[in-house]
Amino acid sequence: MSKRLVNILVPLISILLGLIIGAIVMAISGFSPVEGYVALWNGIFMDTYTMGETVRQITPYVFAGLAVAFAFRTGLFNIGVEGQLIMGWLAAAYVGFKFDLPTVIHLPLALIAAAVAGALWAFIPGLLKAKLQVHEVIVTIMMNYTALHVANSLIGTLSGGDERTPKVQETASLRSSFFESLTDYSRMHWGFVVALIAVLVMWFILEKTTRGYELKAVGFNKHASQYAGMNVNKNIILAMVISGAFAGLGGAMEALGTFENMSKLHGFTGIGFDGIAVALLGANQPFGVLLGAILFGSLKNGGLNMPSEAGVPTEIVNIVIALIIFFVASGYIIRVVLERFGKQRKEEK
Amino acid sequence: MKKRKFAFALSGLLALGTILGACGGKEETEETGTTTDTETTEETFSVAMVTDTGGVDDKSFNQSTWEGIQAFGEENGLEKGDGGFDYLQSASESDYVSNLTRLIRRDFDLVYAVGYLMHDAVVEVADQQPDAKIAIIDEVIEGKDNVASIMFRANEASFLAGVAAALESKSGKIGFIGGMEGPIIGGFQAGFEAGVAAVNPDIKVDVEYAASFSDAAKGQQIAKRMYDSGVDIIFHAAGGVGSGLFTEAKERKQKDPNANVWAIGVDRDQYDEGQVDADTNIVLTSVLKRVDVAAQEVAKLAQEGKFPGGETITYGLADQGVDLADSRGAISEETLAKVEEFKQQIIDGTIKVPEQPGE
Repeated sequence: MSKRLVNILVPLISILLGLIIGAIVMAISGFSPVEGYVALWNGIFMDTYTMGETVRQITPYVFAGLAVAFAFRTGLFNIGVEGQLIMGWLAAAYVGFKFDLPTVIHLPLALIAAAVAGALWAFIPGLLKAKLQVHEVIVTIMMNYTALHVANSLIGTLSGGDERTPKVQETASLRSSFFESLTDYSRMHWGFVVALIAVLVMWFILEKTTRGYELKAVGFNKHASQYAGMNVNKNIILAMVISGAFAGLGGAMEALGTFENMSKLHGFTGIGFDGIAVALLGANQPFGVLLGAILFGSLKNGGLNMPSEAGVPTEIVNIVIALIIFFVASGYIIRVVLERFGKQRKEEK
Repeated sequence: MKKRKFAFALSGLLALGTILGACGGKEETEETGTTTDTETTEETFSVAMVTDTGGVDDKSFNQSTWEGIQAFGEENGLEKGDGGFDYLQSASESDYVSNLTRLIRRDFDLVYAVGYLMHDAVVEVADQQPDAKIAIIDEVIEGKDNVASIMFRANEASFLAGVAAALESKSGKIGFIGGMEGPIIGGFQAGFEAGVAAVNPDIKVDVEYAASFSDAAKGQQIAKRMYDSGVDIIFHAAGGVGSGLFTEAKERKQKDPNANVWAIGVDRDQYDEGQVDADTNIVLTSVLKRVDVAAQEVAKLAQEGKFPGGETITYGLADQGVDLADSRGAISEETLAKVEEFKQQIIDGTIKVPEQPGE
């Protein structure tokens, strides 16, 4: 069996397996799998509105996935994407409502503010890791909570004791009346273009620049890189900062697109944590992350329709979606089986 | 060989696509079928709700609204589903808008948005769907003819809970666990503190916020600290966080049947949450916020064509929109008499209960 064929077959088979096991779960719990999957499909593709919402859902996942993947390529496990995203969200929302500027300056400024805020939030664990060898997993997890509560408290201060920041100015919004008329008032916004650019940027940094080569080298083997004359500490910090910037931009998508402001959060958004799964689904490759985010975002958005249209309770929906993702992520098993199968055939000949 | 397998896989994919595509098409025609159905039997009035992230079985606010909607449905012989009554749960905050839109597109005549967290979502959807009728609970949205706001003077019932707690407390220490800081929970806190102070100004209420409406572990942690410091009655206005309080109180009661620990529930009668065994229960009473009654009444108004769009309806002690739950013997007769006295004074207006802490 050719490598290319295996590469195409593995994700297909895994999605199919996930769907089958998910169907069994639905059938056992007394719901019709056919109706359930039709509802899932309709929740993703039914009309322009749902498609617009699906794109909207995918966008922040792309950034969260890129953030996790980028750090991972340098051998760092950035669990703090959630916190960095929250800080980016806040920064973009603040710049969005505070300043009065023309769109050409305002929108980029808000995006940059979000990236910087996320980068700063990731800089701290990067610095601690590089200088004091404090493990980044611990620091980033803790900084998620710090971000959540700092943001909630700042929202109160910035809005004068209100539950939410004021709406961002139109000049900073990513939404457009064009998409609204096209998709029947879905919240689809220009963010997906920014996300696609971010995918290209990550690919470019990693594959086309010396710095990217160094970052990857540190990821492969820290000691060898040091021996080869690379500044490991600097690269660790840089990797965290870039990763945080991606996460911050993901927050900007929520601030300037989905919500156009920031309300006090009563818990984590979950996007940052899902980003870990997205990155792993995409094998930490920029374009893989894009595909992973599309799968993840589509399932999430489609899943919302299942209780509504097919009466499948949310809990079962979560199980089914988790199963699909589980099988996609465990593609390795299927790959091994396929290769065995191919080998046997060859021997028979 | 290779090529054939590849082609096989491709054709399989194509077939899958066609099947799924066909399913989608069928569903659409079915849907247009049902909408025409409801149009012909135009007498029925359908109601639906969107929960906040607490979910429909939160033993509190969302559940109470759902109970009201179910009661309305039963009264009018409606069934769950299109053209009857239904709910959608929100997994995250970004789902509010899509869930509201989804229900409106399914042609529900009235859609409830439960909780102040949905403020932005309701404003957005109300502008896009001028023909829809939305009622938001616990938040005032002004200037929109298709949005009715339902508010509760929870501070009044909390005042009574404060009176009862102050009279029943043996240690003279009382606790309050809040969810997230804000005007809604602030109302509970202010009323409760004022009620305690009205009986005994020397009692200081130990106030702590969990900064969450769902973190039960946090609730248990706060309850443990409070009980350890000698507090014997804790009132929570914290949604799902409160189940941590009940867990802690029940565990203490299980270990030591003589332990003097009590909890005061919120929104619904939470008596069932406090059951330790057949004879023991740690729930003193509950501050009732009759969201179910409100949901039913507003649905009725809308059904009669009198939807209170653009208006705010406020429920207080006087119209039994808020109240204390039956204590089932946990509160002494004298205390109850005293509570009744205060209740009358609030209804008469001789006592004005503060709306926010520090007033």
